[in-house]
Amino acid sequence: MRIEGITLGYGDTLVQQDLSFDIRCGDVFVIMGGSGCGKSTLMRCLTGLLAPWAGRVLLQGESLWERAPAGRSVLMRRNGVMYQSGALWSSMTLEENICLPLEQYTELAPEQMRAIAEYKLALVGLAGYGDYYPSEISGGMRKRVGVARAMALDPDTLFFDEPSAGLDPISARRLDELILELRDSLGTTMVVVTHELDSIFTIADDSVFLDAETKTMLATGNPRELRAASPVVRVRAFLNRGDAG
Amino acid sequence: MHSREAGSATLALGGSWRLSQRLPRLARARELLDAAPDTTALDFDTAALTDWDSGLVTFVAGLEHLCGVRGIHCRPDGLPEGLRKLLELARALPQTGRGGHAMQPAPSFISRLGSDALDLIQSTGEIMAFFGEGTLALRNFLLGRARFRRSDLWLIMQESGADALPIVGLVSFLVGIILGYIGDQQLRQFGAQIYIADLVGLATVIQMGALVTAIVLSGRTGAAFAARIGTMQVNEEIDALRTLGISPMEFLVLPRMLALIAMTPLLAIYADLLGILGGAFVGTVVGGLTLSAYLTETQLAIGWNHIIQGLIAATVYGAIVAASGCLRGMQCGRSAAAVGQATTSAVVTSIVFIVIAAAVLTILFDAVGLS
Repeated sequence: MRIEGITLGYGDTLVQQDLSFDIRCGDVFVIMGGSGCGKSTLMRCLTGLLAPWAGRVLLQGESLWERAPAGRSVLMRRNGVMYQSGALWSSMTLEENICLPLEQYTELAPEQMRAIAEYKLALVGLAGYGDYYPSEISGGMRKRVGVARAMALDPDTLFFDEPSAGLDPISARRLDELILELRDSLGTTMVVVTHELDSIFTIADDSVFLDAETKTMLATGNPRELRAASPVVRVRAFLNRGDAG
Repeated sequence: MHSREAGSATLALGGSWRLSQRLPRLARARELLDAAPDTTALDFDTAALTDWDSGLVTFVAGLEHLCGVRGIHCRPDGLPEGLRKLLELARALPQTGRGGHAMQPAPSFISRLGSDALDLIQSTGEIMAFFGEGTLALRNFLLGRARFRRSDLWLIMQESGADALPIVGLVSFLVGIILGYIGDQQLRQFGAQIYIADLVGLATVIQMGALVTAIVLSGRTGAAFAARIGTMQVNEEIDALRTLGISPMEFLVLPRMLALIAMTPLLAIYADLLGILGGAFVGTVVGGLTLSAYLTETQLAIGWNHIIQGLIAATVYGAIVAASGCLRGMQCGRSAAAVGQATTSAVVTSIVFIVIAAAVLTILFDAVGLS
């Protein structure tokens, strides 16, 4: 995935400008930065939900935003997205939430879909919860089901919006392990929006740092290397919990 | 599947196993296992496997389960390493939800009856509590102690009153036309078309104007109240009010009740006028009456007692619509589906109670000599 000169905003409000970076296939790529810097806005652009004011998003050489909506929808199908709150469909059971994309885009038999849903739920530690409704489980569990649903079609790229926020430490660590395992086993590219430093240093191969003040990116690279040697003080301070060294 | 040594079988998995393709069903593996009942161990040969995803992982997981039931030992050494890790990962996590709802037996008739009775008692209790809290909020308002934003009250009055004028006007005018036509068809037989004015005027002012207004408000404003307050429940906004010590009954319900109690009689007067105009349209165009004759007859037919009846009815209906919308909103669950149920329930509740109130008021007005 290549991002070329992206500028983003809502209405008349500029959020980020001149963003250019590459996300390599099979990498865990982290979009990081302080609160309100536009991380989730950038993710909305990369997942086809928010058109940029300028610039291009190239998915395997094809420009996402220069395609007609129907063509864009085909490209978007290659992505799975886990939203901050889980964004589960409340009128469906957890199993139905996971089966819906399978019903729409595969020719699998119903029992195969159910088996896949059960397996995906087991991956996030929720085996046996298939016939619960979202309103019957906790916020953290909804988040994990959101991950399971995002993985339903084994997408090329998985996007995670603040995956660890609101999870207990054990669940957060399991989720990090799952992200790495899926990357290693299926070669899935992971794009993770987060500001959880433990998670960033555990999973990230590459990253971009967005700054709310200058409204642009200040650094790209491996976060561990940026922590030690970024020339930008604000980036070092962020990655060292306020201590720029 | 082929056998290499006594009791041991090897399952060869080849080609592409991706979700986007048609995948072999587990039933096929079950048939193969049933055909080899002496099997005690199962190996995998994936030399011909070209690519795979969750489709294969799920198949192998199902196969492991089948083997476990039959006492067959599954030896995963022949599987790709990534696949083995994914299977391990799924097994490694605690599975506290095993069983879920599907394992719960269907409740018996007696159990359902008891459950419904308990629901009814709980619901009645909630309604009583709602009216109790509403009364206290009203008392605080009368004492000048109620905490709500006056700007909210004006906004709700505008939304439920002025903004409803076009739809209330249209429906009332059409109802006036319908009444006029029915009257014309019957009264024409006696050459008494002039009494179309009496029929339409009395029916509209005593009951139809208020009733039409209330039903329009029920679908328009009552549903909006339930959806708005229900969404606030979902977003924990009502909890946030409570933790700040602000009564949701005063802050949310009271302004809505006051707005509808004030606006419904005004809308009913407007509906009466448009209904009479609808009747006049039929009386003049179809019945051959002059407009002045029609209006004079209407004036003679309608007394202050009829107008008072209509205004009292409209006030009661307004209170019912507001109370139903707010009650169902406050009772709303914590999901988007619950907001939909609350909205539907608000409309059904208000219409049922409006009809009951109409019947009771008609009898009451007759009893006190207002008719």
